[in-house]
Amino acid sequence: MSGAPDLDAAPSPALRATALARRFGARQALRGVSVSVAAGEVLAVIGPNGAGKTTLLEILAGAQRADAGTVDHGPQASRVGWVPQEQAVYGRLTIAENLRLFARLEGAADVEASVAAMLAETGLGERADDLVETLSGGNRQRVNIAVGLLGDPVVVLLDEPSAALDPRQRERLWRFLAGRVASGIALIVTTHDVAEARRHADRILVLADGEELFTGPPGELAAATGDADFELALVRFLEDRGH
Amino acid sequence: MRWLLGKDLRILRRSPALLVVLVVYPAIVALLIGLSLSRGPGTPRVAIVNGVPPGARTVQVGSESLDAQRYADQLFAAVDAVKVRSRAAARRLVQDGKVIAAIVIPADVTRRLQSAVNLGGGAVPSIEVIYNGRDPLKTRYVESLISSRVAAANRALSQRVATIAGGYLGILLNGGDFGILGQHYKVLGLRRSRTIVNTSLAALPPRSPVRKELQDVARFAQLAIDNLDLSDEILATVSEPLHVRRVVIDGRHTPLETFAVAVAVIVSLMLVTLLLAAGLLALERQDHTFRRLVRGLVRPAALLGEKALLAGGIGVVVSAALLAVVGIFVPLDWGRAGLWLLALAVAGVAFGALGVALGAVVRDVQAASLLAFALALPLAFLAVVPQSAVSPALFDVIGAVSAAFPFKPALHGLDAALGAGGSMAGPAAHLAGLAVAYAVAARAAIRRAM
Repeated sequence: MSGAPDLDAAPSPALRATALARRFGARQALRGVSVSVAAGEVLAVIGPNGAGKTTLLEILAGAQRADAGTVDHGPQASRVGWVPQEQAVYGRLTIAENLRLFARLEGAADVEASVAAMLAETGLGERADDLVETLSGGNRQRVNIAVGLLGDPVVVLLDEPSAALDPRQRERLWRFLAGRVASGIALIVTTHDVAEARRHADRILVLADGEELFTGPPGELAAATGDADFELALVRFLEDRGH
Repeated sequence: MRWLLGKDLRILRRSPALLVVLVVYPAIVALLIGLSLSRGPGTPRVAIVNGVPPGARTVQVGSESLDAQRYADQLFAAVDAVKVRSRAAARRLVQDGKVIAAIVIPADVTRRLQSAVNLGGGAVPSIEVIYNGRDPLKTRYVESLISSRVAAANRALSQRVATIAGGYLGILLNGGDFGILGQHYKVLGLRRSRTIVNTSLAALPPRSPVRKELQDVARFAQLAIDNLDLSDEILATVSEPLHVRRVVIDGRHTPLETFAVAVAVIVSLMLVTLLLAAGLLALERQDHTFRRLVRGLVRPAALLGEKALLAGGIGVVVSAALLAVVGIFVPLDWGRAGLWLLALAVAGVAFGALGVALGAVVRDVQAASLLAFALALPLAFLAVVPQSAVSPALFDVIGAVSAAFPFKPALHGLDAALGAGGSMAGPAAHLAGLAVAYAVAARAAIRRAM
């Protein structure tokens, strides 16, 4: 997923947000954060707990309103997929029923074809008639991701998608996502796993206390601190800026 | 919206324990409340017509006056007395079901009682009790209550008559002091008179001309003594001076029963609808699907409407089924079934709107259920507080609080639909207004949650 397009040169990013701000009572969750992602690009949003990563993704997904700033979903506004941090699927429905319901709500032209395709892509076909509440955490997360990818999105927002997965499942997930990116979709992923971000993201956005501290290729951040270890480089970067 | 409806119905079908809690429990609570109300208070509502003029309410036994009003008051104390002027008015109240029975005390009852006490014969003194024949269970209950009170009054009256009359007879037999109209007399008594006569007879010469007359007086005294010795037993037979005449008319069922049915059904509708609406919306938030839906897949208003209508629909089905079951045991006018359903549907929408407003302010099903219960039951009880139970100012406050929630107008609407009187239009308009207000509140709460 290297060789990301030059954003300045890109005529129309798949998603662009400018100067987003959000306050919860006395706490300022986001302070003028801007973000954009192009087709075929992976942007990883990293930062400590409470940095504002989930708030940012929810605003980009339209699941939460911003107090200030704008979000431009581009010409295909309705085609933004969102995979929330929590497994937002119905436990008392089967995998197929969940997929069918969300495919209908997404307005899929051929619901059954969309469901069948997603079951095949996620490898959940054999368990299509199992109730979601009977699945393991990893499989539930696969259903959660599958629902987010219904509707043929051009941008997919994933909030810590690999948090509940073991290393093998995580690898399968990234392989699956890489296939989607290769087909031209844009990914914005939040993660606590900085190694994962360095390995899979074209660019990273570092947030701390709602403030955007860095946006650029992971190598630039490592180079700026002089640390070969990316995790140490991030910690030093945050400490240098008082976080 | 139909896809969401189908999804929710499927989830409910796969949650039998939840359904049992949400449907069976409210139905049981509703039936218990209805049952307790239908049994009514210990004092049934009874119309009283007291035709006896105030100046003619005493019965004279010898030199003593018995106040018949005292015995009437004992009878009235056993019931919630509604005083009316005429027998016709009392009969109408029974016929309309506004009272369970009517007691009619005719104007001549004390005169007849006086005649009975004087052993003067004539018509038997009686009171009339008019019952509602449409309600045999309650009729038996009230009849037994009134009969026992009349029997107690009869017993007290006859004992008093027997005691007073027995006292006079004792003086007549044995002699003693006797007072009447402020004058005191010494009475010789039959026994002592006989002794004096017998002593005088013994002292007379055998051929005295007055011996024959004195012997006649002595024989009379002996005869009187022999017979008056039995007077206590004779007086005791006057054990039922007052008779009860029973009249059964074919009236409609009592409003108390209609009201109890309406309360039971509306409690059931309220609990089912509130719990379901609040629970289903909270479930979306608990399952984290809420934001996934409202970020563009479903309009928040449509989501709220779907939950309110589904919950209201299930509430209407459950409460209508409850009404049908109650209708087996309680006489209801099935010709008005369409109006029942209309009243339930309007109430269901209002309860559904309140339910989603509750579900919108909490984040999980447990909190939603607790909130719905905590709010619903006190409001239901407030709505049925009788005016006489609290001060007028407190009653006004209770009225204002009750008016802000759907229970009271829903109750009045169904009561009217069941035929207890009043119009359905007012409660329906009230419920529609509340439904709109709660929908707006729910929408605002959801907006805050986004």
